[in-house]
Amino acid sequence: MTMHDVSLDQPLFRVDGLTKRYGQRIGCADVIFDLWPGEVLGIVGESGSGKSTLLGCLAGHMQADEGKILYRGRNTLTMPEPERRVLSRTEWAFVHQNPRDGLRMGVSAGGNVGERLMAIGARNYGEIRETATDWLGRVEIAGERIDDRPRQFSGGMQQRLQIARNLVTSPRLVFMDEPTGGLDVSVQARLLDLLRGLVRDMGLSVIIVTHDLAVARLLADRLMVMKDGHVIEQGLTDQVLDDPQAAYTQLLVSSVLQV
Amino acid sequence: MTDQAYNFAYLDEATKRMIRRALLKGLAIPGYQVPFASREMPMPYGWGTGGVQVTAACLTPDDTLKVIDQGADDTTNAVSIRKFFERTAQVQTSETTAKATVIQTRHRIPEVALTEGQILVYQVPIPEPLRFLEPRESETRRMHALEEYGLMHVKLYEDIARHGAIATSYAYPVKVEGRYVMDPSPIPKFDNPKLGSNAAIQLFGAGREQRIYALPPYTDVVSLDFEDHPFDPSKADHACDLCGSEVSYLDELITDDKGSRMFVCSDTSYCTARQDEGHTGRLSPEGVAA
Ligand SMILES: Nc1ncnc2c1ncn2[C@@H]1O[C@H](COP(=O)(O)OP(=O)(O)OP(=O)(O)O)[C@@H](O)[C@H]1O
Ligand SMILES: [Mg+2]
Ligand SMILES: [Zn+2]
Repeated sequence: MTMHDVSLDQPLFRVDGLTKRYGQRIGCADVIFDLWPGEVLGIVGESGSGKSTLLGCLAGHMQADEGKILYRGRNTLTMPEPERRVLSRTEWAFVHQNPRDGLRMGVSAGGNVGERLMAIGARNYGEIRETATDWLGRVEIAGERIDDRPRQFSGGMQQRLQIARNLVTSPRLVFMDEPTGGLDVSVQARLLDLLRGLVRDMGLSVIIVTHDLAVARLLADRLMVMKDGHVIEQGLTDQVLDDPQAAYTQLLVSSVLQV
Repeated sequence: MTDQAYNFAYLDEATKRMIRRALLKGLAIPGYQVPFASREMPMPYGWGTGGVQVTAACLTPDDTLKVIDQGADDTTNAVSIRKFFERTAQVQTSETTAKATVIQTRHRIPEVALTEGQILVYQVPIPEPLRFLEPRESETRRMHALEEYGLMHVKLYEDIARHGAIATSYAYPVKVEGRYVMDPSPIPKFDNPKLGSNAAIQLFGAGREQRIYALPPYTDVVSLDFEDHPFDPSKADHACDLCGSEVSYLDELITDDKGSRMFVCSDTSYCTARQDEGHTGRLSPEGVAA
């Protein structure tokens, strides 16, 4: 795989003062962080702490109320929608927790993987199919299943298909919301290994939301801990998990250790 | 109630003006679906109320109207729409394509090339070409606005994956002037090449869905395809059994209970004219053959 020509001395994503309210209730507030090329940032925190809200604002699925998001120097909150949609289907990708939200259930596996290619202008059926077959292989789905619908796949396969569909156009930045949630433990482990390999091979930058600290430890270089919409601690993953500073993080880590 | 209770061509002038505005907008933005306030017509939706309203808004007392349904002028649907306008607009009607100034059609484009000054009005059941894969109207509108047409090719991809070829044979999607993807109504894809660079004005009306769209004369219209699976208008490998035409779109008919078949032009007016000119086919009555 080719690495993207992103200059390594400039953050890919600069987020400053990002705030989203639902009426009176805070979704997330005053979030500040930088994401560097090739970096995997984990967002952890209990249910309702604002992880999905933050991710949704970052990916442009929801409109933030305040703050700035600079993607490679461009403010994604103020750019025209067409431009942001182009970003969404070229340089960005989004893996949903529920594969049904990220797949077209009425379309074959090959069509699902090929959609982004066709969206950016691929017009050669044979080549699209070849690329789709290749990607199914990379996510460990047999090429002969290319014409099956996602419904005929297991939950883990559906999730791997969703990943292939997202990565086929070699995005720079992948958003993931609980990509291993809802899967059996053994299926989760296999998916995590696969994700780790792809992230490394493709040099992807990733922002991954999870409430599972084991997932965070395995994938993330850096962690942000959220509570009540605020980031209460951030740092290198090992540091945060082995030597948590905030009392809340200590609680979060110890509760996992008890499991 | 007597016929005189109706305004010319049934619709009141305010409604016709509203429809004409939509038509002009449609002509100004070829292939773009213009919403319009579709009116109740004294016939069921399946009968092409969209087309009827467009025709009503276009007709003048001097016009000659032709109505075709699946290529024929004499089906119930075509006959009743023609009668409707004979009664409400007292316009002349004709079955001859060249004589008509306004032609309302369902499922076909006439074989005889249309000329400048003619108007072809299509009855459209589902105007949205993206509906098959994206049922949300808000989303399809955005896709048109942002030219996000990848899904259209996903549909064709699925066709090839399942059937080995693009199996879509009716309502085959087209791109208009390199911009809007459009549903040409359920005409056979055989007719698609006639959509582009046509001398006539082509107007599309969807009554239930309240949409109007249009192709001005000589518009560039391209059928979607893949480089390695190019668009193929495909024609039955036969000549018409009545007029011998080798270039027209044919209907296949079962002629007896032993399963004997014949192929005849779907455009009956075209076929009859050719027979009148002395052309014959495989099943022409003996003695008629030239
Ligand atoms: N659409 C909404 N309308 C109103 N409030 C919302 C909405 N979505 C989320 N919230 C509220 O915003 C806060 C953050 O929710 P969010 O879904 O971002 O949390 P989360 O960390 O992703 O939780 P989980 O782990 O359960 O997915 C919560 O208080 C939630 O109730
Ligand atoms: Mg969530
Ligand atoms: Zn014939």
